[in-house]
This record gives sequence, C-alpha cells and structure tokens, in this order.
Amino acid sequence: MARYFTEEHEWIEVDGETATIGITDYAQEQLGDVVFVEVPQTGADLAKGAEAAVVESVKAASDVYAPISGTVLEGNAALEADPELVNTSPDDEGWFFKLTIGDHDELEGLMNAKAYKAFCDSL
Amino acid sequence: MNQINQSGWKPGTPVAAQDGGDHPTVTGNKALMLEEALIFEIGGADTCGVDLAETQTDLPSRMGKFARKDEIGLPGLSEPETVRHYTRLSRQNYGIDLGFFPLGSCTMKHNPRLNEKVARMPGFLDVHPMQPANTVQGALGVIDELSHWLITLTGMNAVAMSPKAGAHGELCGILCIRAALEARGDARKVVLVPESAHGTNPATAAFAGYETEDIPANADGRVDLDALKARLGPDVAAVMITNPNTCGLFERDMKAISDAVHEAGGLVYCDGANFNAIMGRVRPGDLGVDAMHINLHKTFSTPHGGGGPGSGPVVLSEALAPFAPLPFVEKKSDGSLRIVEEENMEDQHASAFGRMTAFHGQMGMFTRALTYILSHGSDGLRQASGDAVLNANYVLRQLEDVLHAPYGASGPCMHEALFGDEGFADGFSTLDLAKGLIDEGFHPMTMYFPLVVHGAMLVEPTETESKDALDQFIMAMRSLAQRAKDGDEALLTAPHHAPRARLDEAQAARKPRLAWSEANGG
Repeated sequence: MARYFTEEHEWIEVDGETATIGITDYAQEQLGDVVFVEVPQTGADLAKGAEAAVVESVKAASDVYAPISGTVLEGNAALEADPELVNTSPDDEGWFFKLTIGDHDELEGLMNAKAYKAFCDSL
Repeated sequence: MNQINQSGWKPGTPVAAQDGGDHPTVTGNKALMLEEALIFEIGGADTCGVDLAETQTDLPSRMGKFARKDEIGLPGLSEPETVRHYTRLSRQNYGIDLGFFPLGSCTMKHNPRLNEKVARMPGFLDVHPMQPANTVQGALGVIDELSHWLITLTGMNAVAMSPKAGAHGELCGILCIRAALEARGDARKVVLVPESAHGTNPATAAFAGYETEDIPANADGRVDLDALKARLGPDVAAVMITNPNTCGLFERDMKAISDAVHEAGGLVYCDGANFNAIMGRVRPGDLGVDAMHINLHKTFSTPHGGGGPGSGPVVLSEALAPFAPLPFVEKKSDGSLRIVEEENMEDQHASAFGRMTAFHGQMGMFTRALTYILSHGSDGLRQASGDAVLNANYVLRQLEDVLHAPYGASGPCMHEALFGDEGFADGFSTLDLAKGLIDEGFHPMTMYFPLVVHGAMLVEPTETESKDALDQFIMAMRSLAQRAKDGDEALLTAPHHAPRARLDEAQAARKPRLAWSEANGG
C-alpha cells in the first residue's frame, strides 16, 4: 500500500483499486476542534478536484476535495457521531471516504510523505 | 495618553489583595458579581407568580389528540424574581453601551438616543402593518423618504425595502439578477465570488441555484482583475464583490470589474455590508454595481447583535429595478402613498419576482435609520465615514510594529484593521489573545476571519470611539501581543476575571443541549 498527499492537506491511501481519503494531522491541527463532518453518498461519481466532503471546526468550515476521480464506495459513518476522530486519529480512524480509483495516472504528481513534510515545513 | 481611571471607582477585591486570602462565600457570589441559576432552577412548576382566578377545569375539550397530556412544566416566578433574573444576566453581558466593541465586519457603532426617541413616537410605534394605508401615511412617508435617501446615497435607481437583514438582502439581489437573466432567456449557471468576499455570498448564490467559483486575490489583498477577466464568459450570471472587502481594503478596480462583467453579459452584486466606510464619498451606482444590500443595522446605526433586528434594503440599477419584490410604497398622483401588493399591482409591476416577507420590512429600523440620516446631514454622514476610516488607520499604524499586519503595505485601510498571528510563541494563538482582551475589559475583535489570513484578527473601531478610548485599547493590545510573543503561560488560561473562563466550545457545537429537562439534572 502507498500513501500520497496533496497541497490541500489530504492523504490518499491506495490499496489496489481502492483509495481511502482523509485529512492530515497538519490540517486537523490548523482547523482546531472538529465539530461536524459531512461525507459523500455511496455511489457518487466524483471528478478530480470536486467538492467531496465538508469539515467544520470551532474556527471554520472547509471543503474536502476529491484528490483523484472515482466512485464513492463508502463514507466514514463513524464521523457522524464522533467528528472528534478527525482530531484524535486523523491518519487512521478519522478517514473521510473510500473511492474506487478512476484513473491511476492521476496519482502521478501527488506528494509522498517526505515531500509532504517538506511542503508543510515550507509553510 | 490619559491614564485610565485616575480617581474613580476601581475594580478588584482590595480586601483579598491586602491579606492574600481569597475569602470564599457560601453563595458563590462575590459582592456585586452574582451567580445566576437557570430560570427553571429558580421557579418551581408548582408555584405561580400571579394570583389567577380559580377556573373550571372539567370543561369539554375540542383539542382531541392534540390535547396536552402532561403538565407543561413552566417555572412559576413572581414579577420581581423575573426582573432580577434578567437584570442579573444582563449585568454579565457586554454591549456597545458598556464599552468598545471592535467586532470587525459587524460595525458595532453607537445607537444614537435620538433614533430611539423618534422610533417611540406613538404614530410610528403603535401602527400595525394591516392598517388601512390612509391611516398610516406618516409611516409610509418614512419608508418613501428613507428609500429616496438610500437611492441618493448609492447613486442607484430603485430600492427593495423589505429584506430583513444582510444575507436576506443578498438573496433578494441575487433573485433579482436571476429574474432579469431569465426574462431575457439567458439561463446562466455560475456566480463568481472572490476570496475576499463575505462568507454569506457563496451561500446566497448556492441557495439561489447557482454554482459558485472562487476568484483569487492578488498579493495586496484585492480581487485579481486578470484572473476575473479570464474566467468571465457566457455561463457567468454574476460576480459578488464585497467592497470595501473583508481585508478592510477598497477594491480600486471596481469600475473595471463591473465593465468587464457587463461586457460578458453578467451582472454585478456588491455586498454593501461595509458601506459605512464609503458613505457620502463613493456612490456604488457610479462604479457599475447592479444590486447592493445596505445594512441599516450597521451603516445607519440601528441596534443589532441582541439589541434589535437587522434590516437589509437592496438598492438596484435600472436593469434590475423592474424585478424588485413586492411589496413597495408608491406615490400616487395626488401625492398620497399606497402599498403595492399582489391585489393591487398593475402592468408596470408585472415583472416583480415575488415576495420575500409578509409585510413591508423592519419599520422600527426604518424610522431609526432615517433619523440618523437626517440628523447627520450630508456633511455629517461624510464625516462619520471619514472618522471610521481614520480610527481604523490609527489602530493599524499603532499596532503594526507589534502585530503582523499582512496588508499594512497595501495603502490605507478602510473601516477595519486586519492582523495575523505571525510571530506568536509556539502554542499561542489568536484565541488566547482574544481571551486576554476579555480580562482587559474589552469585547474581543472578530477572529479567524477573513480566512485568507492565518489567525486573523479584524478590528473595526467605527466613528464611535474617541482617541482616548482607542489609546486604551491599543495599550491593551500592545501588552497582549507582547505576552503572546513572549509565551506568557498565564495567557493560555485567560480570562481570569470573567464570570466564566474557557467554555468547551467543541462540546457545545458537537453535542449541544438546547432544551432544559429535569431528567438530565437540569
């Protein structure tokens, strides 16, 4: 499995034809306490860059974009009752949604962990 | 700078300070700082504050399945208990009548008492919207005359008076734009919103059925004209621009923006929430604006923020005027005024897009706003906007050496000064500085907005404040900025002198308890 990152502070975990998407520790730190998450409907077709989910914190509401195109397999239902999972476990239990990957070529150009860390350090 | 409070009453607890003890009280009260329970905890459901006559209780009910099955459980309080409860709560509140309220973008300016006096005149106060028009000619005259001055001040062609607040006005304006485009058979899909616009703008466009797209800002915090021009096309219905924008800057390219949008067949919506900075100096009509809401509760000093309702009339260009919603006041040939509604509308009103309110708008706010306009006159309104801008620039320049001012080099600011949290010690945030400001006796500024600035602090002094008042605020801000930079741990637990310290905002948003019930312990 490989994990990629975007400049919008999202991570994409690729496992065969499935991608799991969440926001990074840096992103949750910037947002502050998350109070509400809206995940996409199963079966929704998302274009790369489309608004896929919404995350609201005590400070701000932000869109989460589809980093690659694909069809939604599942949204993380646990976030409805426990949005704080985004704060406590951003890299794991706080995942947002899973996609079937539409086009593997779109993974090209995304950052790996090392490049993402350098990106965050530059901010 | 004047020393604060040289000879008056000083807050604090001198006894505790003298002997070092904290002297707890059995009630939890601290002299005039009173703890206050919920109203349900004061009054019991089995007590009654009023001596009601015995009533017959075995009457037949016609409510059927709607009849209440259990006791309603309302607390019974006497009149003095009720008065004390709300007076005690009001003492823990902070308002513009108590001190400086620098909430940026909200324009918390003084509500002149003359406005209140006029609004309480029986002919304005004791009228009903369903009275026959010939019995309320004076009230209709207020609407008509206020309309005239709003049109005059903005250089527009018409005004829809009924919207109840800013975002309601935005919706009215965008629905006028949609009606105008549909009338010419041109179903455009997209509304462009710059990053520096108010957050309600994209929400309004989406609510009116449009897709929204961001337009980036350039480095000095204004709309990127080239990026905007590049995006214009036959699918763009409108552009929504806040001017002055939420970075506190005047959009200097406004005329060029409007011209480009019109050339591409679109219309221009201006968010006029910040009109107080340019009132009497710039007419949006001259800048090519097609629709703009005016917040009477900001620019024209009517109370808000718990003190009164908003009011958001929308001024319209010639292109949009025919689509304004019902109802509106119209002068008849004999000089009398009438209200145009569905029952009496004529051919020339046929393109009105519908109705947004049951009645004519916020009458009480119209009276106050007209009083403000007429008591200031043209020179007074010009001075009010000038003083508001001068005060904001004074704050900006007095603080930019201790607080990061991201657009400090973009020229003078308008009515509000914007700062960021750059340079604070690790672990110290804008929130901590704001909490410290509560200890210093001020209402905090707007925080974390606009989003384009990290840890944003938006300070709007308005023309209300004197130089002495601003100097006291500046002194407090300089001290707090220094503490945030030095990493003063005490700031992380501020406020230390408020009735309540740090409430659990996350829990309040995640699992709010919105109704009292005995079952969960009150």
